[in-house]
Amino acid sequence: MFDFLSTKNFRDLHDHYLYWVKIFFLTLVLFGLILSLFISPADYLQGDTARIMYVHVPASWLALQVYAVMSVCGIVTLIFKARIFTLIAKSVAPIGFTFSLISLFTGSIWGQPTWGTFWTWDARLTSMLVLVLFYIAYILTWKITSQFQLAEKLTSIIALIGLANLPIIKFSVDWFNTLHQPATIKLTESSTIHPSMLTPLLVMFFAFVVFSIIVFLIRFKLESLNLKINSNNK
Amino acid sequence: MTDKVKKRLYIFLVSIITIIIIGKFILDSLQKNVVYFFSPTELYNSTELPNGLIRVGGMVKKDSLVKNGNRYQFIITDFKQEINVKYTGLKPNLFVEGQGAVVEGRLKTRTSLEAETILAKHDENYMPKEVADALKKSGDWNKKYGK
Repeated sequence: MFDFLSTKNFRDLHDHYLYWVKIFFLTLVLFGLILSLFISPADYLQGDTARIMYVHVPASWLALQVYAVMSVCGIVTLIFKARIFTLIAKSVAPIGFTFSLISLFTGSIWGQPTWGTFWTWDARLTSMLVLVLFYIAYILTWKITSQFQLAEKLTSIIALIGLANLPIIKFSVDWFNTLHQPATIKLTESSTIHPSMLTPLLVMFFAFVVFSIIVFLIRFKLESLNLKINSNNK
Repeated sequence: MTDKVKKRLYIFLVSIITIIIIGKFILDSLQKNVVYFFSPTELYNSTELPNGLIRVGGMVKKDSLVKNGNRYQFIITDFKQEINVKYTGLKPNLFVEGQGAVVEGRLKTRTSLEAETILAKHDENYMPKEVADALKKSGDWNKKYGK
């Protein structure tokens, strides 16, 4: 059913295109940084503090999206036993984990001057912390379970349970009263951000996506070769 | 699809539906318990005043902020009910009249509160200063943007 997705295809992508993807990423991130640090205007109320969002927002989006990818891979792994999805989920987990940490960290440096506190237990911040804990649980389960078949099942279940947390993170600012502001960029309505600040944000987001792809290709190759060696040794 | 895959698919679907139903119950109970702050109206309508530290959120009413050294006095409003707040200490930069704020402290009466912490609540609007000025000048300034 998933024959077109062979581990070899992904490894070929890594071997043939990684160099160009890296160059593309460097151009994009350089362009994005110049846009967001120098060309985009300061916010009318927050001043230059608002520039943290050019890192904070893409990191948070990706932390959620990577987790969604992991959960979907977990579902497919559990039902169809397609090994490649296990490898995909295992390879992207550290990417999402790092982004979720970046999100919390940049958020708290922004929170101190803006709100007056580094941390507060409101629904958005707490649910984001829960996401970090799910990432930790997922990665640790891979580390401490020596049997691949068992680890595959356990981690898929963890990824699946954590899926319930994603809508809570996304809609916490609408459902509960939180200190964190509601979403600025909306899919269904017009966004409440000026175009001169939206452009750098989107460029940075795409740069982060390309970066994730680079790390994914490298990690996927590593994980798939690891698996091959381990199964050959048995 | 083999029978095994079908069986796993059924188990999966049933468990997803169960999880969604459980999740719905959890959310419903959270809705009542995960209150980060009360609005002045909620406090006004509550039959029993909460004891201990509570948080109240709303707009800092315009022209209500009185500063005396590091002592502040202001009114938090949700445009229906108001609450008088007294606070001593440093205030966050973005704590200004016409913007949202959350204050943490103890209630003295139904409409007055002794704050221990104040937090500025930022809204979701981002724009350059020139645009904000132009909007104010042209009169297109939306009330919800604040001051």
